[in-house]
Amino acid sequence: MTIRHHLTDALLMAYSAGQLPEAFSLVAATHISLCDECRARLSAFDAVGGTLIEDCDPAAMDEDSLTATLARLTGAPARPRQVDRPARGLFPAPLRDYVGGDLAAVKWRPVGLGVRQAILPTAPGGVARLLYIPAGQAVPDHGHRGTELTLVLQGAFRDESDRFGPGDLEVADQGVEHTPVAEADADCICLAATDAPLRFNSLLPRLAQPFLRM
Amino acid sequence: MQKADALVPVSAYVARAALGRLAAEGSVKVSETEPDWAALVIRVRDHGDTQAFAALFRHFAPRVKAFLMKSGAGAALAEECAQDVMATLWQKAHLFDPARASVATWVFTIARNRRIDTLRKARRPEPEDLPWGPEPEPDQADAFELAEDTRRLGEALAQLPEKQRALIERAYFGDLSHTEIAAETGLPLGTIKSRIRLALDRLRQSMT
Repeated sequence: MTIRHHLTDALLMAYSAGQLPEAFSLVAATHISLCDECRARLSAFDAVGGTLIEDCDPAAMDEDSLTATLARLTGAPARPRQVDRPARGLFPAPLRDYVGGDLAAVKWRPVGLGVRQAILPTAPGGVARLLYIPAGQAVPDHGHRGTELTLVLQGAFRDESDRFGPGDLEVADQGVEHTPVAEADADCICLAATDAPLRFNSLLPRLAQPFLRM
Repeated sequence: MQKADALVPVSAYVARAALGRLAAEGSVKVSETEPDWAALVIRVRDHGDTQAFAALFRHFAPRVKAFLMKSGAGAALAEECAQDVMATLWQKAHLFDPARASVATWVFTIARNRRIDTLRKARRPEPEDLPWGPEPEPDQADAFELAEDTRRLGEALAQLPEKQRALIERAYFGDLSHTEIAAETGLPLGTIKSRIRLALDRLRQSMT
């Protein structure tokens, strides 16, 4: 798999810092599972976090803190294990976790013109969905106001500017007008994430505030 | 293999703490050299060494607690989470790879995930684990060079203009939303990336 379109530095840093909405983190984790270049770039951003931890002025621990922690360590540390790899399917592990299986486990719903989608369960702040676009079909307008990430898992699509094949990630910021079309020779399956529409952003936290004390 | 018996490590811990106090008062000279944290994690992994764990705890737990408090946790919650993070270090010592991360970096990733679980009550999907190759022991030279790169990164961070450093801190302490984060750090991240990329390439080759 030759990947030509990657996560941006800003997205990688936000993923490393733990600041991405869950839906975006899912796309980032799935892309990184396929892309050693972004895995290495992520490690560099994680090293920034490590340096910041190292530089923190130490906070005083409770007096019995170490004793309490030692008392919780039951038994020896786990041993390295040779992991049996599951038969390689289409979805990397983080995506399989959200779907509850591989491609066959997806609960598709038709959204018109042969296109199907499946919304995946993530925390408020973004929406993650799988898209199934028949060969040669244009992706219907799914109007996004913020950033949209689209990761190709199978097949390929083209828009006015470029081609996106398996493993490629398109980052479309607000205002990007584009009409992606699945290539003619194969159906295209993508994982896409958008910022949640603003009306959800403003309403949900307000309702949740009294209960969660946010 | 030692048992997780509190007596020995605690006395060692107390002795070290006392030494630290004396050093702070200037009555005892302690080496300026950083302990080899990676070697201590390996001792935890291979021997369940509670003294090595105590030394790691003494250095990292107060920093993890400070990190969590800067991220908005109260002292009690930060204490509890810092203990969880250190317990995770014990349990998952076999996942630590000094050719791919310093101990501080690895501790950061554990603390960050704990923060997302606890403070944001969300999940953070993780990339698929890389399978173990036939040679799970990392190359010593790789680990040494990565440690050098990480040390240089720390120096570069310390030398950044205050404004820029503050922005990076706010991003990692959870004070900036993802749309506010700009990744122009001016930090030497390319060398670390290249080194880890080479290690990953070798791992892939050994798997085929």
